Amino acid sequence: MDLDLTESESAFRDEARAWLAANVPSEPLPSMDTADGFVAHQEWEQRLADARWAVVSWPEEYHGRGASLVEWVIFEEEYYRAGAPGRVSQNGIFLLSPILFDHGTKEQQDRFLPSMATGEKIWAQCWSEPEAGSDLASLRSTAARDDERGGWVLNGQKTWSSRATYAHWGFGLFRSDPEAERHNGLTYFLFPLDAEGVTVRPIAQLDGEAGFAEVFFDDVFVPDADVLGDPGDGWRVAMSTAGNERGLSLRSPGRFCAAADRLVDLYRERVSTGSTTGADADGVVDAWIKAQAYRLYTWGTVTKLAGGGDIGAAGSVNKVFWSELDIALHETALDLLGPEAEVESRWLDGYTFALSGPIYAGTNEIQRNIVAERILGLPREVRK
Amino acid sequence: MKFVLDGDQLDFAGALDSLLANADTVAVARAWADGDHEPGLKLWGRLAEMGVTSLADEPVFLVLAFERLGYHAVPGPWVESVAYLGRADGIATVALPPHVPYALDADVADEVYAGSARAAEVGDPVGSVDRARRLFRVTGEGATDEAAFDRAVLATSAQLLGAGERILTDSVTYVKQRRQFGREIGSYQAIKHQLADVRIALDFARPLVLGAALGEVPVSAAKIACADAAYRSSRTGLQVHGAIGYTQEFDLSIWLTKVRALVTAWGTPAYHRQQVLEGLV
Repeated sequence: MDLDLTESESAFRDEARAWLAANVPSEPLPSMDTADGFVAHQEWEQRLADARWAVVSWPEEYHGRGASLVEWVIFEEEYYRAGAPGRVSQNGIFLLSPILFDHGTKEQQDRFLPSMATGEKIWAQCWSEPEAGSDLASLRSTAARDDERGGWVLNGQKTWSSRATYAHWGFGLFRSDPEAERHNGLTYFLFPLDAEGVTVRPIAQLDGEAGFAEVFFDDVFVPDADVLGDPGDGWRVAMSTAGNERGLSLRSPGRFCAAADRLVDLYRERVSTGSTTGADADGVVDAWIKAQAYRLYTWGTVTKLAGGGDIGAAGSVNKVFWSELDIALHETALDLLGPEAEVESRWLDGYTFALSGPIYAGTNEIQRNIVAERILGLPREVRK
Repeated sequence: MKFVLDGDQLDFAGALDSLLANADTVAVARAWADGDHEPGLKLWGRLAEMGVTSLADEPVFLVLAFERLGYHAVPGPWVESVAYLGRADGIATVALPPHVPYALDADVADEVYAGSARAAEVGDPVGSVDRARRLFRVTGEGATDEAAFDRAVLATSAQLLGAGERILTDSVTYVKQRRQFGREIGSYQAIKHQLADVRIALDFARPLVLGAALGEVPVSAAKIACADAAYRSSRTGLQVHGAIGYTQEFDLSIWLTKVRALVTAWGTPAYHRQQVLEGLV
């Protein structure tokens, strides 16, 4: 049992650290959920890709480095420590790409992965519907077979689609077999958001920015080439995304360790200026400890995955923990800021974003059900 | 980078577990609480034969052993004798005011210390919330060995983790059996979510214990997380058991009271938070 890096892992860390130190913009980019900020973040993705830092774990033929899971965690740690911009491409590179690698055809991989890696094409997720949130399998948007044109015709409405306001492509589930119920008869589709019949209506989030949108489908034709996995097999295909979203890929420990370190800095600064009496110290200590717990837990997960293991329901344990940690950490920062807390700041942005954590990627209530039923073995809830 | 237990470590924990699972440790703890030390001393001897008293310099094995001791509620001054004083043979105990104001189980110890010196005098026992913890006021003065103190904190953390795991295990078993309103109470979300939160808290306390054993994080961080998680487990465990959990006769009481005692043993949460803070700023 050890936490030591190999020589090549250390070299990888040094190389990432040096590149980030030389290239991370000194001023934060404007919000990715504004027109200008979106473009600025796309340009940042291009820079990352040019230096092959955009998708380190992908194969070299798709702008990656074939990095190991350990190296990926190291890169993330360095990325957040350097205060680098948020990833506008995250829906694509973290949620969709694992499915494209596992279930996509070679043609689809060649067509979609390169522009995803460079940030040229940004992807939006289209899961929830007005009547299908936590109960995603009750979704009603339809896909009707069109043999003549060799594809499917989509109708319905998706909502809370992250990045859809400015994104180029979307991915989501549609009911392709009207006779089938719930998890059966769903198909996973990829579609351009400027296709004929698609209407995107931005929704202002709590902070006023259009981080998500409603997407309406009115007889939208999608060719067979843009079906991911087999028709009717969409639920199984999609669930590999859900696991990734809850588990490792969306929330690497680097993010929380860097934020906890900044929180310690903030505390130190507030103490030195006499702005805090030190009554907030417990929150600082607890956030730091939890960030460390998350880092160490992740190394345990990485070791298991490298040994051929599977995250499984433990992704739900993970998701509840990081989402609550993120809020507690930012609440502590706001406590430290005192009456200044309400004033626009990076901490306030982080806090507002953190508030969404217990809701997206499967609410924490759903995650607790999964932990109780699949890990503790408690009886399943009666569901209709 | 290999942050999982290896085969030897798993085998050791497994061997301890099978010994303790067949040793009726609940009866041992109850006898100890009533002043009958014989079964407890016998068990001490069997654990010593398996090497548990010689782990002071093997932090990973130390935490594995102490987690099992906590899981099975094994009574005795294990932290004091093995982790702090490093006694491979015999039984010793120690008081280190202010953090360890009493010498645990001084009546069974061959040697009783006050800090680094032998205690001048051992007073009358003081009652603990955990009836199996027999506390004695001692007189005498001596310095604290900081490295040994850290080892004792680490061992106490592991013991808390084990006790928290046991309460969760027993609570899950109970809510699957107990039926109200025509179904198992474990099928209600109000119960499920509380137990899920215990699972999550314990899952994120364990890596801190192992990380502290490797010197990666301060032992105080492990103690805080284990105390929080085990205490959450005990509060939740009591709540989901209902009135039966509130009885001394029901075995859950052994762990509920032990957790409460260990939360403040070897440094209170406030002391350990201060330690972590000082390391950070």
